[in-house]
Amino acid sequence: MLEKALASVFCIASRILTGARATWRGTQPEARARVYYANHRSHGDFILIWAILPPALRAVTRPIAAADYWLAGSFRRYLIERVFRGVLINRHVEHGDDPIGAMHGPLEAGESLIVFPEGTRNQGDGILPFKPGIHHLAKKRPETEFVPVWIENLGRALPKGGILVVPLLCTVTIGEPVTLEPGEPRADFIDRCRNALLALEPAE
Amino acid sequence: MTALENSPLLFVLAGLAGSLFVASIIGLVLRACLAGGRTNPVIINLNARINAWWVMVLILALAFCIGDTAVVLLFAFISFQALREYISVTYTRRGDYRVLLWCFFFFLPLQYGLIGINWYGLFSILIPVYAFLLLPISSTLGADTTRFLERAAKVQWGLMICVYCLSHVPALLSLNIPGFTGRNSQLIVFLLLTVQSSDVFQYVWGKLLGRRKLVPEISPSKTLEGLIGGVLTSTAVGAALWWVTPFTWWQAALIALTVNILGFFGGLVLSAIKRDRGIKDWGHMIEGHGGMLDRVDSISFSAPIFFHIVRYWWT
Repeated sequence: MLEKALASVFCIASRILTGARATWRGTQPEARARVYYANHRSHGDFILIWAILPPALRAVTRPIAAADYWLAGSFRRYLIERVFRGVLINRHVEHGDDPIGAMHGPLEAGESLIVFPEGTRNQGDGILPFKPGIHHLAKKRPETEFVPVWIENLGRALPKGGILVVPLLCTVTIGEPVTLEPGEPRADFIDRCRNALLALEPAE
Repeated sequence: MTALENSPLLFVLAGLAGSLFVASIIGLVLRACLAGGRTNPVIINLNARINAWWVMVLILALAFCIGDTAVVLLFAFISFQALREYISVTYTRRGDYRVLLWCFFFFLPLQYGLIGINWYGLFSILIPVYAFLLLPISSTLGADTTRFLERAAKVQWGLMICVYCLSHVPALLSLNIPGFTGRNSQLIVFLLLTVQSSDVFQYVWGKLLGRRKLVPEISPSKTLEGLIGGVLTSTAVGAALWWVTPFTWWQAALIALTVNILGFFGGLVLSAIKRDRGIKDWGHMIEGHGGMLDRVDSISFSAPIFFHIVRYWWT
């Protein structure tokens, strides 16, 4: 109960602060296991994506989060585990870790994921090179739709190292899903994903 | 004391409500009687605009009822929303984060605070002098030279248009006009009514008679017929409102003409920016009108000039 109320508070607050508007350009909100992958410039990114999803989808969409950051305090741990229901993975993969396996479970259970394939927050324009993780995931589960999500302005409103939010109007554009073609090489798939995301960037 | 105790404002408000009532009836009749009126985008937009006008007039009337502080706060909010829309589509970089925080959380509230306490000497130079010099300094501390001048210039320009210029509307309350004490809010009503009715009449005349496009590269909807019809009609409105102002009827007409022409070009300048940025509206806040900045662009250009005309000749 409290978790649901807290989640609503976060969603409403982020929508008011950013005036967030979602544009579903290449697809519609659908209740199926999907991987939403987005450009990453702000620590608020996943909350914003989460906030613009219809509530029914939000309940079954889980952000991928860095274990070292989110497990560092008991309130953080509570937030990520109970409120955001994040899937925690270890950023510094050690022997025996299987980050892709951890993501695979929720997808099998019909849940969706939010990932940031750049791996870190980008402090400049455009997007950084992608990490290969989404390809591993696609190979393991080829029917998964990878949905590009462009977040505009949140990186300026709340950049890395920022605490106060500049009240800019943010938009979230959801593009056409990408799926792995049979036998498609890793570099090609990652390129296609990256281009599908870049295609959503507003013209400068 | 509250402004509505003065009967002139009640009169104007009643007249406005009457006009809006007629407009609403026309909108409903067009929707019901015109073939395809329910699906015609122009009719749908017209009705959305009229409904939004009701809301905007009610909010303004409420602010005038409550008093001067409410008017200052209302315009602070309008500035905030306009600046928000402007900066949202303007290129800035990580190094401008602090600059943006200064704009929204320091200069904007301070400007309106100074207007609230009537400190003309400082509010008239706060943004053109202090923000102008201090913001680029803050920007250099971001240690990023990429498109530096462009970024600094754009932020300053937005602050001038959205905060400095607009703040001259509530600043009218601070003017000390002999024989007009306690009635300054009527100047705001005169300015807003004249400039906004000019926008409305330009739209109406343009839709009815508009043929010759003025500057299709910038604004496809602005026509010569709309401009002349709109400016003349609302100049007549301004002249007819002379009794709420310290002006004679011909002075009211001349001033109305001046602010209407400025308002028209204000709309044109901000349209040029929208065109360059590839957007149609500044935002989505006001149904049928677009964003806040779409609605107040003409006020932004006319308010400072109106303020200084009154200040120079009437105080």
